[in-house]
Amino acid sequence: MPSSLLWAVDVFGRVYSLSPTSQQWDLCKEAQLEIKRITATQQCCWAIACDHQIYLNVYASDVPIRYQEETYENQRWNPMDGFSDRLLPSDRWQWSDVTGLKHQPLDSFRLPSDNWEWEADWYVDENFGGEATEKAGWTYAIDFPASYTKDKKWNSCVRRRRWIRFRRYKARDTWAKVRPREVSSELPGSLPDPFSDISCGGWEITEEPMGLISLWAVTLQGKVWFREDIHHQNPEGSAWVEVQCPGEVVQISCGPGDLVWAVMWEGHLLVREGIGRDCPKGTSWAEVQSPSPEFGAIHVAVGVSVVWAVTKDRKVWFRRGINSHNPCGSGWISMVGEMVMIDVGVNDQVWGISSEDRAVYFRQGVTSSELSGKAWRALTSLRDGDRSSSRSSAGSLASAGCFFSNEVTVQSQGSVPGDMDMEPEGASGGNPDPQEQADASKRRIPKVTSDSFISELVSDREGQPEKHEGTVVAPIPEEEAETEQEVKVAPAVVLSRSPSGRPDHAWSNVDLEEAQGRLAVGCPASDTGDSCSLSSVATYNLDEPYGADDHPIWAWVNGGSCVVDSHSQLNWFNSGVSSAQSMSLSVSPAQTAAWRKQIFEQLSERSKREMENFRHYEQAVEQAVWVKKGTMQWWRDWKPYKWVDVHFALEQFCGTDGNKEGIIFIYYTFNDEKKYLHTFINEVTILVPVLSDSKHTFAIYTPERTKQRWPIRLAVATEQEMHDWLALLSVSCCDSRGIQGPPCKQAIWSVTCKGDIFVSEPTPSLEASPYPMPCDQMYWHQIGGHLRVIECNSLGVVWGIGYDHTAWVYTGGYGGGFFQGLASSTDNIYTQTDTKSVYIYENQRWNPVTGYTNRGLPTDRYMWSDASGLQECTKENTKLPSPQWAWVNDWTVDYNVSGGTDKEGWQYAADFPTSFHGSKTLKDFVRRRRWARKCKLTTTGPWKEVPPIPLSEITTLPCMAASRMEHVPLWAISSKGDVLCRLDVTVQAPAGTSWLHVGTDQPFKSICIGSAHQVWAIARDGSVFYRGSVSPQNPAGDCWYHIPSPPRQKLKQVSVGRTSVYAVDENGNLWFRQGLTPSYPQGSSWEHISTNVRKVSVGPLDQVWIIADKVQGSHSLSCGTVCRRLGVLPMEPKGLSWDYGIGGGWEHITVRGNSTEAPRISMPSMVGGPTPASGAPRGTPPVSIPDVMNGNAVRS
Amino acid sequence: MADDKDVLRDVWFGRIPTCFTLHQDEVTEREAEPFYLLLPRVSYLTLVTDKVKKHFQKVMKPDDVEEMWFEYEGTALKWHYPIGLLYDLHASNTALPWSIFVHFKNFPLQDLLHCPSNSVIEAHFMSCIKEADALKHKGAVVNEMQKKDHKQLWMGLQNDKFDQFWAMNRKLMEYPIEERGFRYIPFRIYQPTSDRPFIQKLFRPVSPDGHVHTLGDLLKEMLPAAIPKDNEKKKYQVVIHGIEPMLETPIQWLSEHLSHPDNFLHISIIPAQCD
Repeated sequence: MPSSLLWAVDVFGRVYSLSPTSQQWDLCKEAQLEIKRITATQQCCWAIACDHQIYLNVYASDVPIRYQEETYENQRWNPMDGFSDRLLPSDRWQWSDVTGLKHQPLDSFRLPSDNWEWEADWYVDENFGGEATEKAGWTYAIDFPASYTKDKKWNSCVRRRRWIRFRRYKARDTWAKVRPREVSSELPGSLPDPFSDISCGGWEITEEPMGLISLWAVTLQGKVWFREDIHHQNPEGSAWVEVQCPGEVVQISCGPGDLVWAVMWEGHLLVREGIGRDCPKGTSWAEVQSPSPEFGAIHVAVGVSVVWAVTKDRKVWFRRGINSHNPCGSGWISMVGEMVMIDVGVNDQVWGISSEDRAVYFRQGVTSSELSGKAWRALTSLRDGDRSSSRSSAGSLASAGCFFSNEVTVQSQGSVPGDMDMEPEGASGGNPDPQEQADASKRRIPKVTSDSFISELVSDREGQPEKHEGTVVAPIPEEEAETEQEVKVAPAVVLSRSPSGRPDHAWSNVDLEEAQGRLAVGCPASDTGDSCSLSSVATYNLDEPYGADDHPIWAWVNGGSCVVDSHSQLNWFNSGVSSAQSMSLSVSPAQTAAWRKQIFEQLSERSKREMENFRHYEQAVEQAVWVKKGTMQWWRDWKPYKWVDVHFALEQFCGTDGNKEGIIFIYYTFNDEKKYLHTFINEVTILVPVLSDSKHTFAIYTPERTKQRWPIRLAVATEQEMHDWLALLSVSCCDSRGIQGPPCKQAIWSVTCKGDIFVSEPTPSLEASPYPMPCDQMYWHQIGGHLRVIECNSLGVVWGIGYDHTAWVYTGGYGGGFFQGLASSTDNIYTQTDTKSVYIYENQRWNPVTGYTNRGLPTDRYMWSDASGLQECTKENTKLPSPQWAWVNDWTVDYNVSGGTDKEGWQYAADFPTSFHGSKTLKDFVRRRRWARKCKLTTTGPWKEVPPIPLSEITTLPCMAASRMEHVPLWAISSKGDVLCRLDVTVQAPAGTSWLHVGTDQPFKSICIGSAHQVWAIARDGSVFYRGSVSPQNPAGDCWYHIPSPPRQKLKQVSVGRTSVYAVDENGNLWFRQGLTPSYPQGSSWEHISTNVRKVSVGPLDQVWIIADKVQGSHSLSCGTVCRRLGVLPMEPKGLSWDYGIGGGWEHITVRGNSTEAPRISMPSMVGGPTPASGAPRGTPPVSIPDVMNGNAVRS
Repeated sequence: MADDKDVLRDVWFGRIPTCFTLHQDEVTEREAEPFYLLLPRVSYLTLVTDKVKKHFQKVMKPDDVEEMWFEYEGTALKWHYPIGLLYDLHASNTALPWSIFVHFKNFPLQDLLHCPSNSVIEAHFMSCIKEADALKHKGAVVNEMQKKDHKQLWMGLQNDKFDQFWAMNRKLMEYPIEERGFRYIPFRIYQPTSDRPFIQKLFRPVSPDGHVHTLGDLLKEMLPAAIPKDNEKKKYQVVIHGIEPMLETPIQWLSEHLSHPDNFLHISIIPAQCD
């Protein structure tokens, strides 16, 4: 998730941002100009400055915004010259687009604006649909509109090749002016006049193209404009289009979804209708009366399904009954509070600026069920600089003295900006901030003493009244408000102002063009001293005598990029408390504090002193058996399978060796006869929660039951009860195996299809050869959190990715989720959220009378179904995946379906169980469309978010546990397909610091780094690449080498161990790379190993583990089973056969942390072969875990 | 890296090797052998000395047996103090095993409470827990618990079941994150040579200005003499569970980890060893 910020503008045009976890407003230092209004999204921020032009600030990110330009070079063969650029007259252009219809020579490409730069020169693309072409990149065909192949044939008469060049958006973290020149070609000559209001949103309407947003703007003349084509790769958008309105609009608000409301001059409101995926501009306006009959509306703010308004008497109103079918709502409710303006941000959270004290207020208690919230609460966060100046009050006193002295001019200059910023001058970088501007202009004034300085400024001001006005022009109501405030604070400003409050459209501003020109040059420190910088000098100085303790006077607030929801912890309301909480991921200071260390040491000393020599003494309290009982339901082992009521008991007692032991009893009645089933705790290999909407169930596995794929399934009445039992049983199992505390660095991690995280402590015998411990005997225990992917190495660096692509790093804790108290570490547990979509399908069949209807044939699938069509899934009966999840929106049509859709989201096919395509043909008799609904899960676990870039894949270098690495290589693929290399990942700070973007010609989907820094990757089109020259010194390598894929297969995932390279293709085949040598690390060919493989993980010992599908058990086939390759030896890296472990329903495994080699045993008889667990005597643990291996090892 | 959970275990499983000797004033039929036992630090003398009683009764006439009580170097040991506290307060820095005299006569009524049965100990223990929770959560947590939950706490202590006890006790140790600690810290400060049995006052884990209070802060307020002045030799030892935590240790952390099962932090201030 990108970082979350609340933006605000104060009356002096300074822009501040505030993060939900911060207590301090940060001044946006990049702003060279006074900003009037601001509207933010997760990626960027739009603003109107005092020159009434629009500026765009795209937040800096480790991943660049790149756009690929492409053009095709076409050639035809003739007997004289062979292939040449002499084409037939009927042929396409020599340089053209992909269709051949548009002439596109290389030099016709221009950068869209000054904010872009070329990344490199044009080059030939040698990748052809995942396959490497010959050097020059030519593809051949018989004639032009035909299919191309990479091989030249006897009948190849034409050829073409693709040239590509990337351009990159460079104006990041700076306010770049959006040029008005790109006016839509439909209305030539109509330029929008200066702007007075701006609002962006609409990013929830559709996900394609990525980052699409709608930007609405209002001009001083009251016209509404829409900026077209703003998306991730085109942050500036392409053109302004005027949207006709029934009257003059003064303000507009656009929500994240399809709500757009505007306020008209007369105080009525307009609602935009018809906004949708195909028509982000909407089609028409509907009018809504002002909430109050006497007072017109002056401000409106909309969210996803809320509308808030402010009337001229400052009253706040909430609109009832808003939803996307009824964007107009049904009625107004008067709310408490008097506000100047209101803004609605993400999750319909609300902020306002109070008309009384001009402070920013947050609406508390806004939830999806209570959209109007509970109460207003003022943000007490300080601005940066506030604190330092109040602390150094002595210093500011001294400077006040200087202020009135005639002599010390230099210090007076230094002290003036003290309100804002006590940093030494020149500390800020390339972008001069307002202070420097102020300083620059002050330097121009030869003799700066207090009195003369101010009078000079005032006179300066009086000389340019129009210019000044340009900085404060706003529609009347706001003008009045600002005036009121400024009377209090800065009387001089009012003095200098011409009679204001008149509804003069500052459009008449004469000097606007000139001011614009200067700003466009971008030389704020220019000693011509333009009006903006001068006025800022004046305001700062006039503000100063009132002291820094005066709270800020805000003019505008925007929460468009501020992600807050009901469980977020906000630090905005208690600025008094020092927030020294640095959430660093390195070992937290509390953990290493001297007092803690001392207590640990003393306690162990105490135990030694008081107990060591007295072990033979009798214990005062004899250990007894402790039993916990409960009633449950049990899924009966025999036919007819059904849930039967049982009594469940866990008996715990102390074993002979001091280990805690336990037995599970399940008492049931069969044919009126009381019977029971029992399992020893030390035989349990895993406890899996199986949350369904109807029952709270969990499964208990033993090695035998893993083999049979038939666990003991139990159901309890409530979720809480299930969690209590799972926590208790899990602790009991861990105790019996001597497992305590966090998992060791060598641990094997896995995640289930439900996102549950399991970890297993490997034993040396796990990878012993030739008789390893069977992997159905591995003991797995759960760790809190929710992830889709997890990767680790033996140094303890563990990263995960959620279903929503958020990256998480392991904090070194354990527990979380339902593990509380003893089963969970106190520190290092954080809140974790995840979102995913639930999909259902709407199916229709065509009939000659009524066309497509929801009346199918009797043999058809349900008209509302799951993807397979076998289950009926209606909007009403489709439940959340489990009670842990909560819906976040309503059902929407999903257009992101493979195969494409038409405008309404339909996909067509000849009959149901066939492949669907996106457009209707004559042969199509059925159609379907996918509906999606998002849901969200909130849990806790030892995971900390790594913002802001969403990821889809990660990999970290596998190594031996004893290896010393200063920086741990960690690579990732962003959700957009960018290849990234994490910098400064260390064992102490596994989160690293930033991403290094590694350029690619196309989006990627899988990446893996091996022990010798060999990086393999797979692009989305299936091309395989090897990254050359990656080394500790050169962590990102230098170039990609295209590796041929296995014939007719598209690879989807790759894993590289010490030397072995394995890959999985889209049809579930596992491939081994042959012929890898140190001098030729790319290898020679792919060798087929196995089918039915979903994922592969190759470890630092070159051990091969997979997630397999269709594994045979005694009761069922299981998909998603953990398997390990048997017979892998240094000279036999391919192994012989599979050993089946826990499953099904497993999604991901990583063995890349396990470098525990088995001690070399020369007597195979000692191991005795892969003994089935049933052969082991009851009561002794099938797995003996030496002390070295469990969490305790770290302690010693 | 050791974990805070290990502290809880270490605290719970602290044992004091003790040698029980029948006092010479007691009349016996034959010579009484001393009895050696590992006493749990967190438990109560009368709760864990059934074996001692049985052992000595074997050599005594039933008529000579009244209520059993214990004495260490002339001090009658209060059974309602946790064993660890008694040891720290009276016998720190002495050689182990701890030598305790056993009496069956002349019950010192002025010093000790009668303890006719375990239910008296249970009542005392539960009242301590309730008092502690009143300080920590205005009693909200303990009042929300059911009778069987209270029983679980007591049975956990009685049967030395760490997990059983902590499964319930963790609820008593929770607090809202934003408050950064309990309302008040339940603590008692004991001195071996004081007329007052102990010091107990209201003390918050976090100061009004958001400062985290430490053990040092607590002592500064309650017993300034316990803190060594600058350049002065340490006069007192501050002992909790047989260890001397640093004065910088946050009091909230101590309360969560070094409290006795009765949820009180029992702090012994004893004269420093002269060595």
